[in-house]
Amino acid sequence: MTIDHPSHLAEALRRRGYLISSWPWRALLYLATTVPVAGVLSVGLFIVGAPLFAVVNAARQGRPVELPIVVSLVIVSLIALALAPLVSIPVAAIERWRLAIADPRPLTLPRLRGLRARYVSAAAWREVAYACWLGGVVPIAYWILALLALLDFTLIASPWLAGGADHIIVIWTEVDTTGQAIPYAIAGVFFIPIIWYLVGLLAAAQTMVARWLLGVPAGEVALREVTRSRARLADAYETERRRIERDVHDAAQPRLTSLTLQLAMAKLDVPDDSPAAKPLAIAHEQAKGLMVMLRQIVHGIRPQSLTELGLAGAVRELAGEAPVEVSVLADLGRPVPERVETVAYFVVSESLGNIAEHAAATRAQVRLSQSAQDLVIEVEDDGRGGADPARGSGLVGLADRVAAVNGRLLLASPAGGPTVVRVELPCPR
Amino acid sequence: MPPLTRVVLAEDEVLLREGLVGLLARFGFEVVAAVGSAPELLEAVDLHEPDLVVTDIRMPPHRRDDGLRAAVAVRTERPHVAVVVLSQYLQAEYAAALLDSGDGRRVGYLLKDRVADIAEFVKTLREVVEGGTAIDPDVIRHLLRRPRDPLASLSPREREVLVLLAEGHSNAAMAAQLHITEAAIGKHVGNILTKLDLAPSQDTNRRVLAVLTYLRNGPLR
Repeated sequence: MTIDHPSHLAEALRRRGYLISSWPWRALLYLATTVPVAGVLSVGLFIVGAPLFAVVNAARQGRPVELPIVVSLVIVSLIALALAPLVSIPVAAIERWRLAIADPRPLTLPRLRGLRARYVSAAAWREVAYACWLGGVVPIAYWILALLALLDFTLIASPWLAGGADHIIVIWTEVDTTGQAIPYAIAGVFFIPIIWYLVGLLAAAQTMVARWLLGVPAGEVALREVTRSRARLADAYETERRRIERDVHDAAQPRLTSLTLQLAMAKLDVPDDSPAAKPLAIAHEQAKGLMVMLRQIVHGIRPQSLTELGLAGAVRELAGEAPVEVSVLADLGRPVPERVETVAYFVVSESLGNIAEHAAATRAQVRLSQSAQDLVIEVEDDGRGGADPARGSGLVGLADRVAAVNGRLLLASPAGGPTVVRVELPCPR
Repeated sequence: MPPLTRVVLAEDEVLLREGLVGLLARFGFEVVAAVGSAPELLEAVDLHEPDLVVTDIRMPPHRRDDGLRAAVAVRTERPHVAVVVLSQYLQAEYAAALLDSGDGRRVGYLLKDRVADIAEFVKTLREVVEGGTAIDPDVIRHLLRRPRDPLASLSPREREVLVLLAEGHSNAAMAAQLHITEAAIGKHVGNILTKLDLAPSQDTNRRVLAVLTYLRNGPLR
């Protein structure tokens, strides 16, 4: 019931029941747990930043700064910069986990693999930016909020405080007696909801920044969705192709063969000089031609060898048809999804076709293997190389087919050869 | 009058099955069973002990190579039963599997289209029943396109002869088809056997071995 239960803090803030819901408490918990993280970060930032700031300030005001100090500060800053992407790893992890307190909606995580990605990817530097914001900006807001909360507390407590002390200072004025303090106390009570809203606003602002910097930007999420739906579409096509192939093979082809057979039988019974003999012979020939044509059409829809022999067998069959000598190394332990199988088949078919037409090769090798995530197809030849997708060979169409199942195509073809086409098609366990 | 050739036929499409039954009956074969799946085929063979099995490849239950597996099983258990496998399209691998399943004789592997040339088809069936080997010319042609040793050493004429040899023709039939004398055919066949390094021996059919050489040099080996 999303109407009754807001899914995250920012939404809850816009609802009427915010103050009596659990959200202010969740916001408070979020803020409270921010303190240690932000505290550690701000101390770190201060150690690096304060001397730097002082030096820059001094230089601006024309005061002399000693060179060794400048040099050592630059070195410290550079080291800090180099360490920042690593420091931000645990920070980002803690913060994503903590985010669920105030905003439990799922967050799309950026994929950062390996140390290099930590330094070259935008996602990693967004995490660094988040750590800087958490250590540098957030504490200031916290100080302000804490001050406001303390003032409000003083207002509310002023009647009691006034009774005990000689006089107390309430913001801008002094009160001496309990009676004088009561209006302030009442005002203080009225300020409580405002403080509660400020707590919520600050926590909500923080979660928004966290989502923005620690998640994958919305555009990329959408893109991934599109790719996924494209894969679904490819799946649907493949199922359809397979159904058509089955229908033609199981129903249309044998019936056509049967028809042709009947025509042949009729031919036997019709004497050669009969006026029916010639049209019958023509019909028989046409039916035979149609059988050949239908077989070729079905092959284009979905290779029948794939249905009966599986991928490795069908690829061997392809290798056997090639005009150059092709060896096949297949190591396929797990079943391959049908749509991936068909793409793999056409990758090999097209690559071998290219080799026959352009490569001037004498031999080629097809390798099929499976990694944890991918089906890997490699086709290598000993030809003259120099294959260029830009020159409009079948490589572009091939790359499109590969992309449709979320795979990728890599080509190495230096002039003089050899040419290697490597295609990786995702098919997780 | 010799006893009729007793046939078990397996084809899952009803119309074509009926058509084939009609064709076989008309040309003097006795169809003792006509079935629509691989298990039924094996049952019918057990029950009727036929002389010839004619079967489709893609059939129930799995609709993959069920018919071929059944054919290989029949050949393994009953080497004397002739087996002709029909297929909607050809695969060298299937031909090799069939030939490997026995001594390479009494076996045929044909494109389904061949049944439309009735006289030729019936002749092929008879040759296989009499101990011949019939591999669809398309399979052979296909394999011949790839110049490989030892096949590469054959002359174009010798290749032509080998194609006909594989189709199960006698020397006389080959001579008629190529418009040369039977003696010339004999010489070509001799050359082929020599070039393929098939030494004369008493218990192997060297002509079949020549065909097998093609298939063994095929894509699988």
